[in-house]
Amino acid sequence: MTYGVKLRVQGSFACFSRPEMKVERVSYDVITPSAARGILSAIHWKPAITWVIDRIHVLKPICFQSIRRNEVASKIPVSKVKSAMKSGDVTDLYLRADQDRQQRASTLLRDVDYIIEAHFDMTDRAGPDDNPGKHLDTFNRRAAAGQCFQQPCFGAREFPADFTLWTEPVPPHALPDDQADKDLGWMLLDIDHHRDAPGQGHRCDARCVPLFFPARLAKGVLTVPPRDGQEVRS
Amino acid sequence: MGIHESRIEFVYLFDVRNGNPNGDPDAGNMPRLDPETSKGLVTDVSLKRKIRNFVELTQSGQKGYEIYVREKAILNDQHARAYEANGIASEKGKLPKGEGDARKVTQWMCETFFDVRTFGAVMTTGVNCGQVRGPVQLTFAESLHPIVPMEVSVTRMAVTTAAEAEKQQGDNRTMGRKYIVPYGLYRAHGFISPHLARQTGFSDSDLELFFKALENMFEQDRSATRGEMAARKLVVFRHKSPLGEAPAQKLFKLVTARVKDGVTAPRSFDDDFTVTIDRDNLPAGVEIEERL
Repeated sequence: MTYGVKLRVQGSFACFSRPEMKVERVSYDVITPSAARGILSAIHWKPAITWVIDRIHVLKPICFQSIRRNEVASKIPVSKVKSAMKSGDVTDLYLRADQDRQQRASTLLRDVDYIIEAHFDMTDRAGPDDNPGKHLDTFNRRAAAGQCFQQPCFGAREFPADFTLWTEPVPPHALPDDQADKDLGWMLLDIDHHRDAPGQGHRCDARCVPLFFPARLAKGVLTVPPRDGQEVRS
Repeated sequence: MGIHESRIEFVYLFDVRNGNPNGDPDAGNMPRLDPETSKGLVTDVSLKRKIRNFVELTQSGQKGYEIYVREKAILNDQHARAYEANGIASEKGKLPKGEGDARKVTQWMCETFFDVRTFGAVMTTGVNCGQVRGPVQLTFAESLHPIVPMEVSVTRMAVTTAAEAEKQQGDNRTMGRKYIVPYGLYRAHGFISPHLARQTGFSDSDLELFFKALENMFEQDRSATRGEMAARKLVVFRHKSPLGEAPAQKLFKLVTARVKDGVTAPRSFDDDFTVTIDRDNLPAGVEIEERL
């Protein structure tokens, strides 16, 4: 275990979709450890390290809003792309957005503010040059300067996350009494991604396993168990 | 400096007069509203649609500027255009077959389609899904002040069916309604990641076209519902490094748009608003380009 980091993240919308309500997205009450890991990775990540979320401080009241949008129903079929590549003709390769339409409502979180406490572990893909100090420095330097690989987001890319490296004590939360200590039910911890070939990029398939844990806010703090924790179920 | 060497953020202001910038399918196509603040909303996808339409309209037939997610008008349906086929078999390398193929396909999609290269796309091969993250990330646009949508009733001097005409005994009229926002100034933020631009091959000329689309897209999107919409300001922050020099939220705060003193119901961008760019507090290593 290396030294931890604290990152404060804020935004006006967020959508941490519950997997059980996928068609019309419904957000979890708070950010998932998986989404928090994605935010840290958007600032700094290398195959040599893996981010582990320890605690999430929820600073603002949990509040939802529904937005219905026109979305397309299909994904791009690869077979069609391949035949267009072969024939060299793209006339028929398109998606008619107005005929392949789904209207989907998303239940979003409004006005979120979290402090993510995390650390990273070294992986077996670390080279001889990789040491925890170097990666910690890189992360802290980037986060303090507002640098990032790509703008981190809250669940979906249209909901950007503002981030600040947090070195001060955690400020008091503004949660109402019924939310400060709240059972959030089973929540996604992360997805255990199956890797077939290291360094070749990753495409999720059926071998990737979602992990869940019983989430509970205690005085506004969500404590995240380790992946191999007793309470974690796949 | 090129897009592959510098992070970019932008603030985009546009307004609407007597029109509906983005209807809410959940509320009978009323203009979208944030129920807590009564500020108007325009979704990211609504803006992206207009960018796609603009590029399709202005670049039609140009190699590499196809639009994958199209709307009604398929301008080039009749034109058969030939492209150099990019055979998959040629360059398998050491990668596993499936993975290599998927990459080739993804890359070809990026090269061929402007919207795939800019916004990304999801492609499927059975359980595997090749996914492209585009460099451009857009937020919901929010109006700067509460908007009051108005329902306007309109009449039509005709009816649709003979039965209806009979029922109305020759008084052939129907009533309809449309929603308008009398005036709204909206603000959206955007992020462009040079790392993802490199991955999808999003180039400097693509960036230029993207900004052109933001500047001009409402000019090509006139309709009865939209009223008068216009792009008002596009302020681009260009960092001198790929990772950026300052937090995005700090830069966005430098651009402020305020209703002028004494104006209770703003109705005009030029007369009722002051937009200021605080150049004095611009962090070192960031340049401002005021495009509009």
